[in-house]
Order: sequence, then C-alpha cells, then structure tokens
Amino acid sequence: MENSALEKVASQVRRDIVRMVSAVNSGHPGGSLGCADFLSFLYFEQMSFNAESFDMDGIGEDLFFLSNGHISPVWYSVLARAGYFPVAELATFRKLSSRLQGHPSTDKKLPGIRMASGSLGQGLSVAAGAAQVKKLTGDKGIVYTLHGDGELQEGQIWEAAMYAAANNVDNLIATIDYNGRQIDGDVEDVMSLGNLAQKWLAFGWEVLEMDGHQFEDIRAKMTAAKALCGKGKPVVIIMKTEMGQGVDYMMGSHKWHGVAPNAEQLSAALAQLEESLGDY
Amino acid sequence: MEFEILGNKDTRSGFGEGLAELGRTNPDVVALCADLTGSLKMDAFQKENPDRFFQAGIAEANMIGLAAGMTIGGKIPYTGTFANFSTGRVYDQIRQSVAYSQKNVKICASHAGLTLGEDGATHQILEDIGMMRMLPNMTVIVPADFNQTKQATIAIAEHNGPVYLRFGRPVMPIFVKPDAKFVIGKADVLAEGTDVTIIACGHLVWKSIEALAILKEKGISAELINMHTIKPLDVQAILTSAAKTGCVVTAEEHMMNGGLGEAVSQVLSRELPCPQEYVAVNDSFGESGTPMELMTKYGIDTQDVVNAAMKAIARKG
Repeated sequence: MENSALEKVASQVRRDIVRMVSAVNSGHPGGSLGCADFLSFLYFEQMSFNAESFDMDGIGEDLFFLSNGHISPVWYSVLARAGYFPVAELATFRKLSSRLQGHPSTDKKLPGIRMASGSLGQGLSVAAGAAQVKKLTGDKGIVYTLHGDGELQEGQIWEAAMYAAANNVDNLIATIDYNGRQIDGDVEDVMSLGNLAQKWLAFGWEVLEMDGHQFEDIRAKMTAAKALCGKGKPVVIIMKTEMGQGVDYMMGSHKWHGVAPNAEQLSAALAQLEESLGDY
Repeated sequence: MEFEILGNKDTRSGFGEGLAELGRTNPDVVALCADLTGSLKMDAFQKENPDRFFQAGIAEANMIGLAAGMTIGGKIPYTGTFANFSTGRVYDQIRQSVAYSQKNVKICASHAGLTLGEDGATHQILEDIGMMRMLPNMTVIVPADFNQTKQATIAIAEHNGPVYLRFGRPVMPIFVKPDAKFVIGKADVLAEGTDVTIIACGHLVWKSIEALAILKEKGISAELINMHTIKPLDVQAILTSAAKTGCVVTAEEHMMNGGLGEAVSQVLSRELPCPQEYVAVNDSFGESGTPMELMTKYGIDTQDVVNAAMKAIARKG
C-alpha cells in the first residue's frame, strides 16, 4: 500500500478514536492515537486475514492479540475500517449492550477479537500458545501482539518471554508501544524498564527497533521481522511512539492516557485530522 | 446397600490414566504442566505424545495463558498443577483469558485440600471450589475416586467450555464401577434412605459411605448422593431427596465458605427450606500431618458425617 494511502487510513482512525472516546466521555485516547499508524499498517499491509467471515480458530490466517486492551478504540476503528464489522457500529463504543466493550471481549462476539484483554500482561502467553498450535498443525500463519511499555512491569510477560524463547516459538512477533508514559507518569519515574532491548536479548529474542510513526520504517522493520520468522527465535519490536500522536495538545505527557476530550477539545482535535475515509 | 471396594488408588492416577487414554483417542487434546508431571501422573501422556505435551516450567500464569491461546486453532488443552497453583495463584488469568473469553481449557488440579498432607497449609488449598464456582461459564467437577476421576477426565473433553477438575493425592478406596458413565451435572444416588440426605463430593464420598454403616447400626436410614459436579449443580437430585428425607448434610474437603454446602443451601433456602448441617473446614488454614490425621483434626472425617447427620435429623423436630 502507498504511504499516502496508509496515512489516510491512520488519519481517519485517529478521528474515529477521538470521536468515540469523546462521545462517551471515557476511554483511552493517548495510547490509541500513538498506535494508529502501527495498527493501520498491520491490518492494511502486513497481515493476511479474512475479515468478511471471521472465524475464531483463524486457521491459515495471521493472528493479532492486543495485550494492552485499554487502547481498544484504535483496534475497533482499524477492525471496522478493515471490514470486520460496519463502521457505524463504532458509535456504540462503551454503551450498554454494545459489542464494543470498554476493553476487548469475546462474549459479545465482535468479529476480529479472539481473546479478552484489559487486565495487563496476559496477551503474550496467549499469543505464544496460539503460535505453538500453528506450528503443531503446520499452519504458516504468524501471530502478532501489541503491548504497552508500562505493561512490561507485569511478571507474566517475562514468564511468556522466557517460555517462547526456550521453546523456539519463532512464528511470533511481539511489538512494544514504547511511548514512555503510563497512568501515574513517565515509565522511567514509575518503574524504569532499564535497558529494554538488552532485556529482550537476554531472554533470547530477536530485537528490532522501529519508529512507530514513519511508514517507511514500519515497513522495513515489519518486513525484517517476518523474514526472521522460522529461524528459531521469537521476535520483538521496540516501537518508539508518542502518546497522543496527531493531536498536539495530547502529545508530550501522560495526561491523556485515560481522559476523554470535551466538545471543545474534540473540535480542536478534529481540526488537526483529515476526514479521509468518511466519519462513521 | 453394599459397597464393594474394587481397589485402592489415588484420584490423581485416575486423571493420569484418563489423560493417557485421551492421548490415544483424541488428537485434539494437548497437555501442559508446570513442573509437576510426575505428581500429576501426566508421564504416560507426555511419553506417548511428546509433540502435544508442553512443559511450562514453574510459571503457572503463563501456562494458563498458553492454554487459552491453544484453544484458538481447535485444540483442547489440559493444564496440570497442584490445586493451589491452579486457582489462587492464577485467578485473574483464568477469569479473563479462560472464563470470560469462553475458552475450552480444562484446568486439572491435584493435591487439593487437607489430604495433600505433610507439605502443610501453604499447599493445602481449601478455597478453590468457591473461587471456581463463582466464575461465569466455569464447570466445576470434584470426582469421588480413581475410576470416577478417570471417567470425568475423559468426559470433559466432549464438553465445549472451561472446566475445573479437582482431585487429590491420597490413596483411597475405589467404589465407582470402571464402566460407569460420567455425566456432567448428573449426581449419582449411591444409597437410598429416608431419614437424612448426605450430599458429598471428592474424598468425603468415601467417608460418607463409611458413615452410612455407622448410621445404619443406629437405625438411621441415610440417602447418599455423590455430587461430583458442583457447577452446574443437580438441583433436581437435591430437591427430590430432601423432599423425602427432610434434612441434609453436605460433606466436602473444602472451606465451609464458598463450597458444595453453600451451593446446596442456596437451592434449599429458596426451594425447600429444611435443616442442613455442614461437614467442611470452618474458616481455618490447615497444617502439616498425615491426610487422615488432618481430616480428623479439621472435622471432615467419618465420625463428623455421622454427627452431622444425627444433628440434622434432631433439628427436623
């Protein structure tokens, strides 16, 4: 896909995000905006999947697990824009009886979602299990995950990291949204991750670093990650992003992690984001 | 009523045999273990199906997540570790990735309760039935002996949904016939009686069988129900029997809070109020000792079932 086309997708996804959270005065815009470019690339260029007839088992498809479930707005928008469900349904986000729960769930049967997430740290284990079944059954699909950087403070992540390397789960590509922010402040201040690349290397993973807002770099690194699959090691991409990317007043701090813009702030945000594919 | 003792074995070995049989008959079954393969008797499955056995190491949270992920693609994962590490240690992983996500994971838990014995209270979980039965979508099964544990292990593969299967360590008499059919949610009436209904699960079923003989000597006719499925509960079996006898004893190797007794009392209080006595551990941790010493000290032994039955009958007025 042309970079300009990807930029249009990402811009519309960002509009969807701020409109969704503003409409219900709740949700997590900061991390969602920061991952809009990555998820747009993943679903519009990188992954192979069948959006029209979603199937839980996803045999023969690439799979994606969102481990940091609170950035559900960006995932819902990308899923809808990729054809999993009607974009009009984005208007139901966080409303009673909606399939678009505050955090992703499977019980309302929203196409595209294979696992609930929200309680942090669980997605890497799930993805490793799904990836091992693909290997066991000769399925060539690749399993992708996304994690917050603050989420890496959860111990289960490192249990899964140790397991995946020890068991050569080499059809697994994990991405870290390395925006340096979490609810209480900068990750560095809340609890430093130390040398993150060295940690993953020490756990036995292939490590790539990527600019999460430059499609050329995303393409180069995601292509490299895919080429590393099947060579004995799981792959992690440390993706540098800016929380709130695309909306000037949300960038540069952790304050928009879980706060919705009011009507005035929404207008200011939408003025910065092109309506490229049509609002829902 | 005669109960023939068919042998003496531990229920965990029933699990191991059932899992090994599944390994031979159901190619979708996979197994995961957190460094307790021998204790869980999973060796045979591992040896015969090395590609379908996953050693998770001492990392139970990851094991539950792996199992949830393995259902995607159609596998039926059985996880194995001690009951304590199968539930309390991983409650949130089970809640989100298994129960809420409606994944076809079978959580198989050995060394449950006081009869784990000498290792003491750190390992003797008495709250697991309560935690698991509170979870929506979860089926909770506590088989009574070796044969029934084997039958239940095989039966749950045919049930599409999360299951908690609880069994134990000590060698106990076998009394369920090897060819009995295990039906999830369908209680077994082991003895018919008219004076009191004893509803038991797990090792307390055998203790209740022993109690029947003592009660009979006292001229008391007790009905005994093996309530191997705690959830979904066989409500009709409870009501039919309680309507006949007019009083109930529940018996379990579990905390009084949250266990089989509470599940039964929910039914009785709404549908058929009548005296109920509880044979269960009363708000206490366990300690080191032999399994049988502990059952006596903590009030879940044969004589406790007898005493509870007498008390329940007396309360009928």
